[in-house]
This record gives sequence, C-alpha cells and structure tokens, in this order.
Amino acid sequence: MRGGVIKYAQDNIDTDVIIPGMYLKIHDYAELATHAMEGLDPDFHSKVKKGDFVLAGKNFGCGSSREHAPIALAHSGIQAVLALSFARIFYRNAVDGAFLLPIEVDESTYSAISQGDELEIDTATSRIRNITRNETYRMKPFPDIIAKIVAAGGLFKFRPEE
Amino acid sequence: MNITEKILARASGRDRVAPDDVIFADVDRVMVHDVSGPGVLKVFERLREQGIPVDRLKDPSKVWVAEDHFVPSADKISAENIVKLSNFTREYGIEKHFRYGMGQYGICHTLSHEEALVLPGQVYVGGDSHTNTTGALGAFACGLGHTDVAYVLLNGRIWFKVPETLYFQINGRLPDHVMAKDLILRIIGEIGTDGGAYRAMQFGGSGVENMSVEGRLTLTNMTTEAGAKNGIIEPDQKVYDYLDGRGAASYTPVHGDGDAEYARVYEYEAEELEPVVAEPFSPANISVVREAPSTPLDKAYIGSCTGAKMEDLEAAARVLKGKTVKIRTEVLPAAISIYKRAADSGLLKIFLDAGAVVGPPTCGACCGAHMGVLAKGEVCISTTNRNFPGRMGHVESRTYLASPQVTAASAVTGRITDPRDLD
Repeated sequence: MRGGVIKYAQDNIDTDVIIPGMYLKIHDYAELATHAMEGLDPDFHSKVKKGDFVLAGKNFGCGSSREHAPIALAHSGIQAVLALSFARIFYRNAVDGAFLLPIEVDESTYSAISQGDELEIDTATSRIRNITRNETYRMKPFPDIIAKIVAAGGLFKFRPEE
Repeated sequence: MNITEKILARASGRDRVAPDDVIFADVDRVMVHDVSGPGVLKVFERLREQGIPVDRLKDPSKVWVAEDHFVPSADKISAENIVKLSNFTREYGIEKHFRYGMGQYGICHTLSHEEALVLPGQVYVGGDSHTNTTGALGAFACGLGHTDVAYVLLNGRIWFKVPETLYFQINGRLPDHVMAKDLILRIIGEIGTDGGAYRAMQFGGSGVENMSVEGRLTLTNMTTEAGAKNGIIEPDQKVYDYLDGRGAASYTPVHGDGDAEYARVYEYEAEELEPVVAEPFSPANISVVREAPSTPLDKAYIGSCTGAKMEDLEAAARVLKGKTVKIRTEVLPAAISIYKRAADSGLLKIFLDAGAVVGPPTCGACCGAHMGVLAKGEVCISTTNRNFPGRMGHVESRTYLASPQVTAASAVTGRITDPRDLD
C-alpha cells in the first residue's frame, strides 16, 4: 500500500481528539469521517487524501473504547496509522473491525519520516519504503494472532481453528 | 498463577495460562449502552450484508443494557438511539435493560456493582473503556469496541492475549482527607498514561483491605487511564457482604496462588499520601493540591462512574454542609439507587442548600456530550476520570481531575483547595 504521510509529532493522541464525545451518537460512517481529528487538527478533513497514513508518537488512541475513532480515520481515507505504540482498545478495534492497520515503528523511523513524505508499506515483509527520501525502514512485525486476523480481513472472517 | 491468569485459564478451558498466551475466553457477562449498542447494531447490519447470520445471540441471559451517555435524550439522534436499544432488547430477548425514567437506571459501570450484575471469578466485557471498574469485585473486567462486543454477543467468546500483571501493594490506611481517587491519580502520575498498557493492574495489601468496596471501584475504574487491559482486586468478605446485600446469585470466587507471579510490584504507604489533582490535559499530570496553581475555576462537577457513588456523595456533602458554593456546581449521582439513598439520608438537601444543582444520572458532561458542557476558556474541577483536550466541552476548556472532597472544597472557594484548608 502506498500513500502520503500526515504527521502529528506528539504522544498520547487520545480518542477525545480523534472523534470528540459529542459525535458518539452518530453511527453513519461517512458523517463520522467529516469530524475525524477535529479536536487536534480542524483542517484534517480538508487535507486528507484517500490512502494517506497518519504518523504519531506513543500511545496513539488512548482513552475511550469508541470504535468511532478508527472508523472516522478509515472513512477519511487513512489506510494505516504508524505510531511508536498504540493504546490497546484502539489497536483491537482497528484490526478486529478491519478498518485500518495499526503499524508500530521505532524511534529512528518515526524521526526519519516527515509530513508529506510518500511511503510504500509491505506488511508481508515488514518493510516501509520512503519514496520521497529514498530510504527503507522496518515496521515491527504484527504478532501472530494480529497477522492472522488481518490476513482474514477482520475478526468475523478469522477462523481460530486454522 | 495470579487471579487474572486463573480466571482466564478457567474461561479458556486450560489448566494454566501465562502472560502472552493468546486464548479464546468464554464470556460470562456482556454490557452495551446507548453508544456501543447502536454501534454493535451497525456491525450487525454490515454482517448481514456479508451473509453472516445475526438473528440470535449466543445467550441473551448474559447480556445487560444501560442507557447512560445521552440520557436524558440530548436531541433527536440520541432519542432515536434509545429507541434502537429498546428494539434490540425486545428483538433479541434481553431482559436486563435499565431504562431511563423507569426505576433503576444509571451509568453502566455503577449498575454493574449496584445491581450485582457481575460476580467474582467471572469474565465480563463491555462496550465501554471503563468496564475495568468491575474488576474490584474480583472479576476479569475489560472494555472492548463494537466489533468485539458484537462477536461476543454472537459467539459467546473472544480472544485475549493473557496480560502480565503489575501489582500495587498499598500499606496502611488512607487519612480522612485522602480518598481512593488521590491514590490512583498518584499511581497514574508515577507510571504514566501507558504505564499499564496491555497489562493487568492488581491492587492489594492492608491499604486495600481497609478500603471500602466503593473506594476499590475507584481504583480499578481509573486503571483504564493507565492503559490497562483490566484492573483487579482479590475478593474478600467486604465484597461478599456487598454482593449479598444486592441479591447476588451464587458464584465461585477466584484467588491467586501462593506462588503467583507479577511482572512488577509497586509499594505505597497510604498514610503518606496527600490530596492531589491531575492538571490539564492528562490524568498523569499530577500536582499535590497545596502546591497546585490557584487558577480561578468556573465549575465544579461531582458525577460519573468514578466520582458519584454513595461514598463519593457523602464525602462531598461533609465538605459542603453549611457552606455556599462560589462557582457553578453540579452533582449527578451515578445511579437512581444512589440518588434515592442520597435523598433519604439528606445529602441532596445539603447540596441544594449549598447552591449546587442536582441532576439525573448521566455520562453527559463527563464526556463533553451534553447536560453541562464547558465553554471556550472555562476551567472545571471534576470527580471524573479524563481531562484530555475537549473532553468536557470546548477544546480550549480545561479540566482538573480530583477527589470528591477536593472538588467540593474547591466549589466553596472557587479555586483548587485542599479540604483541610477550608474553614
């Protein structure tokens, strides 16, 4: 998968800024997308392009269990969030609902990638290619269970016996 | 094995489990509310489109439903979500539906213990991050999103990676002016908002034994703010008495083995603790109240699953008795059962005499949804559990998290105040 980077160089980007509480009553995915990242970056909706990646620091998606958070990002066009680490419910929701890929990267990769860089990510080989800078990094491989759920296309298509 | 491992071993049909094992656990109790319920129904709708059957739940008797986030209905959409919930419980044969305006209702986590809906030794999941709360009764209690809860409703089980456990040994007894909220804020301040990430946070020691069940529920509630998978406390006679008083069915408590292992042990002396606040914009941004900035406040909020249980209201009332509030002050008991006890014991009159408004149970203002959100630039002190940007209203409003005593004392002075410093 290939796309541009929207970078937020901060830790603890919580679900209250990804999709503020007043929108929790909304369950229309397209409408949720119009409010994605509203608490942190009101311009997000106008600048995001289909296929983009979000890059952020530690503990991305901390806070509430609202599945609205990965839904709002995914339906804005985000195909993966790259972060130093993820909060557990956001991570599960992203994978089990097959909304987007949560990809863990290390500090040097996080620092090397800038706003607007074009990336090509191959989760099968855990390789991230920075087309803009002609550099290659490695993502932290998915744990076994996550790789299987991702490959199946979400928890409901995953067959644990396999 | 420790208590979390033993519960997960039992629920996954294994003799033993160890941290990092991936298991499928049978779930004993499931909760949805007026946000996660409609979210689950949306998942059902998508499954139906893919030809996956969603006509019946695995076991409706294990499911219960709360109306808490957007009640009283904030607008047409939230009113329609309540109608969706009613249709859902009727269609799928769910009997335990706690309806706004029809007897007992309240914040889902408060109902979980007030109504003894979750019991020691059980695996309990809910469509809300603060599901961790109920681990104080000795259950494995864990918050999940809509897809996972839909999966549990249809299949009766869900995958978990067995967490390693951080053990918090609390010694002694909290001083009168220090509450469980001060202790857990202190812990989050030390380990950070990801300090418990993916892990179990277990509390024990004489400081926990000396604590009431409601105090313990405050500890486990806030484990979510450290990123924990679950918060848990081994059950004791206080828990059994608490549940007996609420008509609990029979249950099998689980305790850790003598050789239980913990990834790390932290130790705290209860007597040495001070009242604290978490300053904006993180539950880990801790200051001792007496050293906190004397920022003028606009509002004091005594509410939520964290800070509006019966003992929270009693503690606030002790501070507010005979005083007058200097800033906008709202008191919202966390469930109708608590509201009634607060009325019967004269607490509501104390709040009203002090000039506060008393409102119905709701999550509304805590998550910035409705029923008293903050304006741009406003500053609030609150008994709730989160203070991220925009959490309680405008993204440029600011919230200080504190105990009910500190919040009440601050309501009287209009500035962040240690209850000991009130005349």
